[in-house]
Amino acid sequence: MLDKVGIAKRIAQEVRDGMYINLGIGIPTLVANYIPKNMNVVLQSENGLLGIGPFPFEKDIDPDLINAGKQTITMMPGSALFSSAESFAMIRSGKVDLTILGAMEVSEAGDIANWKVPGKMVKGMGGAMDLVASAKNIIVAMQHCSKEGASKLLRKCSLPITGLGCVKKIVSDLAVLDVLPSGGFKLLERAPGVSVEQIKNATEGRIFIDGEIPEMVL
Amino acid sequence: MIDKRVLNADVAVRDIPDNAILMLGGFGLCGIPENCISALLRKGIKGLTCISNNAGVDDFGIGLLLKTRQVRKMISSYVGENAEFERQLLSGELEVELIPQGTLAERVRSGGAGIPAFFTPAGVGTEVASGKETRVFEGKTYLMENWLRSDFSIVKAWKGDAAGNLVYKGTARNFNPMMATAGNITIAEVEELVEVGELDPNEIHTPGIYVHRIFQGANYEKRIEQKTITKN
Repeated sequence: MLDKVGIAKRIAQEVRDGMYINLGIGIPTLVANYIPKNMNVVLQSENGLLGIGPFPFEKDIDPDLINAGKQTITMMPGSALFSSAESFAMIRSGKVDLTILGAMEVSEAGDIANWKVPGKMVKGMGGAMDLVASAKNIIVAMQHCSKEGASKLLRKCSLPITGLGCVKKIVSDLAVLDVLPSGGFKLLERAPGVSVEQIKNATEGRIFIDGEIPEMVL
Repeated sequence: MIDKRVLNADVAVRDIPDNAILMLGGFGLCGIPENCISALLRKGIKGLTCISNNAGVDDFGIGLLLKTRQVRKMISSYVGENAEFERQLLSGELEVELIPQGTLAERVRSGGAGIPAFFTPAGVGTEVASGKETRVFEGKTYLMENWLRSDFSIVKAWKGDAAGNLVYKGTARNFNPMMATAGNITIAEVEELVEVGELDPNEIHTPGIYVHRIFQGANYEKRIEQKTITKN
């Protein structure tokens, strides 16, 4: 089973040289730490920055420089700053190559729910609906099951939807799965020490298992 | 040159009435018009509709106006990190309209660009789409969204001049440039009010035509919401 860092490390393997990438809050933010140093990628922050750098040293903190999670950051050489309208223009027009975000539920049709739990506090969708509606390639980082053991990879989402048919790949604490264009989860890799049977039992939506499923290499 | 300078925040917001529709720039607490928010608190006007990406935190930003019950309605994309907000929302004292962030940005941009509506894929198939017109373009479904305009837009810039030209710094730009264009009256507070001619015309983000009042702000706190550092 993978912890948060494990999920981030596995997702980092999906990153390719030359990509523009938007990382969501939480586990997706950690992915930045595991992108190979010899790769040139540019991280987009939807509040208006291309070229997110590492967190600043204490002495370099600038309150006018934050990421979408409102954390203090730095800029890489060659960064560009812009407005929120321009930021979402580049997102909607498909200029961002890869979007990595968290989810509370994903359906076998690739629908994603990650913004609202009715009856609990509603914080708002932020940029999630814009990102999932337009991204060319969306990878979801998530826990396969709830704390109570209920599957979060479902036939249909039970929570309010963020976007329809948009998730392409899921990296959970148990497995790597593709969402098939025709519907259903295709099991690609098992997390270390996790059996195919465990993954099957933890997946409520249709799951397709072809031949031997390799254990992921981190 | 038309001189847009006013003395301070209190003068700048002097004629904002009860029930006004306001736009307030900023993302989180970054790039918010701190001086004007304080002036609105002092003025005590009520029934405000605030269009702003976020609603501040309990004791800073728009959160201060929520505490004094001056806000009737928030139009935002993300309103977490605010317990008073949550209480007023659940008790029904506060009306809230949540809008996807890119849609919010574009609705404001459209308001300032004379475009009454546009189509976006964000929110298709979600509760955001309820009651809205959809249309298919090249096989994909899009949602029609209307422009947003304000009675008063209040923005914060890094530098500005008497002509109302503005330059923003870092990610404090965010919603400020679009909001500056979408106000019936636009008020700009700046950290540095410089002499006309000092700003390089090649590098102006908001041309002065959009700005009606500008003043030199004071005592910026620039509170940080999530301080994250790299340890030595």
